[in-house]
Amino acid sequence: MAVKADIQIDAKGLACPMPIVRTKKAMNDLVDGQILEVQATDRGSTADLAAWAQSVGHQYIGTAEQGEVLYHYLRKCSNEDIVETPFEQTVTNEQLLNLTNGVILDVREEAEYAFGHITGAKSIPLGELDERLHELTEEQAIYVICRTGKRSDLAAQKLVNAGFQNVYNVVPGMVEWQGELEKSI
Amino acid sequence: MAVNKWTAAEVAQKVIDNEKLFILDVRNKDAFEDWKIEGKQFDYLNIPYFELLDGVEEILPQIPTDRELLVVCAKEGSSIMVAQMLDEVGRKAAYLEGGMKSWSTYLEPIKIGDLTGGGELYQFVRLGKGCLSYMIIADGEAVVIDAVRFADIFVDFAKAKNAKITHVFDTHLHADHISGGRQIAEATGAVYYLPAKDAEEVVFDFENLTDGLKVQIGAADIAVEALYSPGHTIGSTSFVIDNRYLLTGDILFIDSIGRPDLAGLAEDWVGDLRSTLYERYRELIDDLIVLPAHFMIVEELNADGSVAKRLGDLFAENHGLNINDEEEFRTTVTDNLPPQPNAYKQIRQVNMGKLKPSYDEQIEMEIGPNRCAVR
Repeated sequence: MAVKADIQIDAKGLACPMPIVRTKKAMNDLVDGQILEVQATDRGSTADLAAWAQSVGHQYIGTAEQGEVLYHYLRKCSNEDIVETPFEQTVTNEQLLNLTNGVILDVREEAEYAFGHITGAKSIPLGELDERLHELTEEQAIYVICRTGKRSDLAAQKLVNAGFQNVYNVVPGMVEWQGELEKSI
Repeated sequence: MAVNKWTAAEVAQKVIDNEKLFILDVRNKDAFEDWKIEGKQFDYLNIPYFELLDGVEEILPQIPTDRELLVVCAKEGSSIMVAQMLDEVGRKAAYLEGGMKSWSTYLEPIKIGDLTGGGELYQFVRLGKGCLSYMIIADGEAVVIDAVRFADIFVDFAKAKNAKITHVFDTHLHADHISGGRQIAEATGAVYYLPAKDAEEVVFDFENLTDGLKVQIGAADIAVEALYSPGHTIGSTSFVIDNRYLLTGDILFIDSIGRPDLAGLAEDWVGDLRSTLYERYRELIDDLIVLPAHFMIVEELNADGSVAKRLGDLFAENHGLNINDEEEFRTTVTDNLPPQPNAYKQIRQVNMGKLKPSYDEQIEMEIGPNRCAVR
């Protein structure tokens, strides 16, 4: 698939419970924030993976289908409940909905962006921000958003350190986004 | 040590015999809440298998030791894994072969009674889905009504009884399950009947099932008579068999009545439903035994596993037949509609011959309860 993942596992042709057993094992080798792609053909794996991810606290991003194969995307998470956002300039989701100028910078991983983002938002995953700063201009206000406000907080700090003045962290972020979503998958 | 495997037939026997059983259902919570194996004396624990990957020790206190334990999942893989884990910690457990997929497809043939001149009437109970199909056999001839999609079972059953299937009927265009009627007719050379009013979009040949149509089978001429009874669908037709049995299709059930909305709008057909239940059926004799096309809850099963009750008793006990106020009837029927059955629109398309799903797709479409009634 065209969606970027850090690790891919192949569970094609395997019946339940094997796709989940493999996924659980693979998750152990990921570090927090990394994306896992699980390829499976068992139709039941979509609902089961989503429910499993929720029960253990990982983020289930979405599933894409190509022919007979299901491509599931998950992001490893731990202790994400405690979100600290020390960056002081913030706007709320609601405020963002009413803004007419500036650029929305989505710093989630490519897969998360692909399965649902705000129309017009620019995607630069947090890990790529340092080398892609030239894609942003200092004249525009930058509204940085991620899933819960944690990664965007770090990104906003990075931007200010790099000399950008007009930077805001959007809280709480995509996890509670009520507006329209666009998919690029 | 290997764990025990139970077939759907064995579990069906436990349902019918009212045995005690503890079911550990390891499917997703949504799937379990939607639909499970129902037994009057069954108790349940639902823990998804993926919460048990690290061991079953934590749930042991929730599993009683004084009765048999069956682990159930969607297909069977996860239930084998969990049954083995239980076995390793010293708890004897069986799993359901083929899982809920197999439970959904199992049919239990039950003899309802003898007919004039040595004929027999059988009800095929599909416990996992609540579907009821019928076969009337007499002197080497057989009639099939509301057959579910496992055509082979009916064809083989007739063969074993040395009977040739001559007529195949569907009381209406079904929306909750895929009909086996056309396949049975094709395999046996029988004539397939559908009410034309339900079949405007049907793309294959069929005979029109009309009010008053009468088919006689066997040397004793057992009468199978059609009675137009709209309300669940516009074409819904009932059958009176041998002047003793009333096959109501999806119009009247033991503990509920048909819903009028699966093929159109509830408001349009609620009037038809009312006149069928409160006028046409009232003209019939009370001693007819009602045989519906569905049951909803296991409490509707008789001691022998059959689903049948005297019409007079239903007039006395069935709530849907005892709403005197017409407006109240209208609101009851249109406001209390349960969720629609899984994939009901596609299932109708299949029964019209417009969609041709693969075997696995058919299973997916039919997952879940039938939900053809309002209570």
